[in-house]
Amino acid sequence: MLLSIFIDVVKVIVVFAGFMIMIAYTTWFERRMVAFIQSRLGPNRVGPAGLLQPIADAFKLLFKEPFLPEKSNKVLFSLAPMIAFIPPILAVAVVPIGDTITIAGRKVELLISDLNIGILYVFALGSIGVYGLVLAGWSSNSKYSLLGGLRSSAQMISYEIGLGLSVVGLLMIAQTFSIAEIVRQQSGSVLNWYFFKQPVAFFLFFICAMAESNRLPFDLPEAESELVAGYHTEYPGMRFALFFLGEYAHMITVSMVTASLFFGGWSGPFLPPIVWFLIKVVAFLFIYVWVRGTLPRFRYDQLMRFGWLVIFPLTLVNILVTGLVMVL
Amino acid sequence: MSMLIFYILAIVAVVSALMVVTLRNVFHSALFLVLTLFSVAGIYVLLEAEFLAAVQVLIYVGAITILMIFAIMLTYQITSKSIRQVNEQVIPAVIIVLVFFVLSLVTLIKTSWPVSNKSLPGNNTFEIGRQLLSTYVIPFEVVSIVLLIALIGAIIISRQDGPSRPGQEDR
Amino acid sequence: MFETLFPIFVLAFFAVLTVLIMFYLPEILGPKTKSKRKYSPYECGLIPQTDARERIPIKFYLIAIAFVVFDLEVVFLYPWAIIYKDLGLFGLFEMGLFILILLLGFFYIVGKGVLKWE
Repeated sequence: MLLSIFIDVVKVIVVFAGFMIMIAYTTWFERRMVAFIQSRLGPNRVGPAGLLQPIADAFKLLFKEPFLPEKSNKVLFSLAPMIAFIPPILAVAVVPIGDTITIAGRKVELLISDLNIGILYVFALGSIGVYGLVLAGWSSNSKYSLLGGLRSSAQMISYEIGLGLSVVGLLMIAQTFSIAEIVRQQSGSVLNWYFFKQPVAFFLFFICAMAESNRLPFDLPEAESELVAGYHTEYPGMRFALFFLGEYAHMITVSMVTASLFFGGWSGPFLPPIVWFLIKVVAFLFIYVWVRGTLPRFRYDQLMRFGWLVIFPLTLVNILVTGLVMVL
Repeated sequence: MSMLIFYILAIVAVVSALMVVTLRNVFHSALFLVLTLFSVAGIYVLLEAEFLAAVQVLIYVGAITILMIFAIMLTYQITSKSIRQVNEQVIPAVIIVLVFFVLSLVTLIKTSWPVSNKSLPGNNTFEIGRQLLSTYVIPFEVVSIVLLIALIGAIIISRQDGPSRPGQEDR
Repeated sequence: MFETLFPIFVLAFFAVLTVLIMFYLPEILGPKTKSKRKYSPYECGLIPQTDARERIPIKFYLIAIAFVVFDLEVVFLYPWAIIYKDLGLFGLFEMGLFILILLLGFFYIVGKGVLKWE
């Protein structure tokens, strides 16, 4: 009993620390990559290749003055960045980072918790994330914040349906919600990857997830050319950074879930499972950055039309085709 | 242990439900409603109905309360005013509430609550799906009609621009 | 049950702790300079005249309604999806009917121009 609690706590600490480091270094990764795409160098002064830049940034932000705007609702204003930051971290709990290993005769699963509602748990946390934006927009009592919060929540809920529907085809084949189980079904051979059975679902899922995490080309809520900074206009220093890092946390979580659902998670030959897992996650992060460096921002009406009139019907068609193929 | 957690969740649910009806700022009421719904989801988890708990969060917290918040933001300056909690019908309301309270109390005490000694199925999501699509298939299909009516009704109400503007259909 | 939930609570504890530290540490470390203008809402340099909480377009409400309805549809699809293999053609027919009825609503909102934004 005590030993299993100890193992649980150790696992949580390792995953949590790793995740925080990944968040910090995704900011560096993105700035460097976007810089290369734009024929610049990006941050390269602090430490070798700019590797200490995230730490320097963190210290800079910690020494900024924190304040609450006078017309804001103080409690909700403080609560909003926390709500934006915490759910993507909690979602990591159901993503397996490696195969079951044996330490001193005990079988240890390399994931924090094997909930049997895995994917639904991730989606439920995603739906809580909307509150961070709504609360930030409303509590700031600033016009730009309110418009940004409103837009982003409408965008997020529109794409949540696509996100939820896109995995249904996969669930029909996998017959389980548990992400650990889905990964196990895909291990063994590359051909077992659900990407090959559900390619359309993968693209729909990834596009929706990108819209959910408010990334370019879907970053309408913070469209700086029209809304200043959207829902986090009024936030200073580290409090703004919580939203910013929350977005990166969301990106990493989405990459982990995508890799696990469609690309076999930790499974792969020769290299240890965790290395495969990280390679896949970084690959998806790279796609995120690549898309950001390549595509311009949507207009809001295009965004909503795309979500409802393209993604939504396509997900239904995907379910129908999957259903027909499985029966016939 | 689980009794303790249940009581904590129940107290949170009841207290925040009370806040929902007593707070004078509707926006804050809506947020306390979120807290109530969360504690109910917690109770579902405690009863090992994880699917129901996830759905509770997805639908009630993630969708219906967001809808309410939009409705609140839609209403002109409703959040900056404090709203009267009572109207002229306070006395009949109190009487009805008391009668209802007594009735439910009597029902609660009189009913014998049978406890099934069957064990839970290992993964009750499968069981929910199986029941939904075999025993309860008619209610299941009716749900879609109810949802359709709700959708159409909401759109008709919200698009009513008054009879003076007949040419509104093209917009 | 507790075995699966306990690690999530530990994770939540760490996440909340980190967020609180990140949120409140600048209170100690950061400078504190008072100026009236700093605390006023940002409005591109103008002094805000009205309350920011204006009425929002009804479009957003309609989108939310549509979202609630279709989100419910998604939730009904989940238990169906994981037992679909056992159900076979009958399951496809049942769910096809369900989705078809909801698609009527979808075509209705598209026809009514709820999803048009100009």
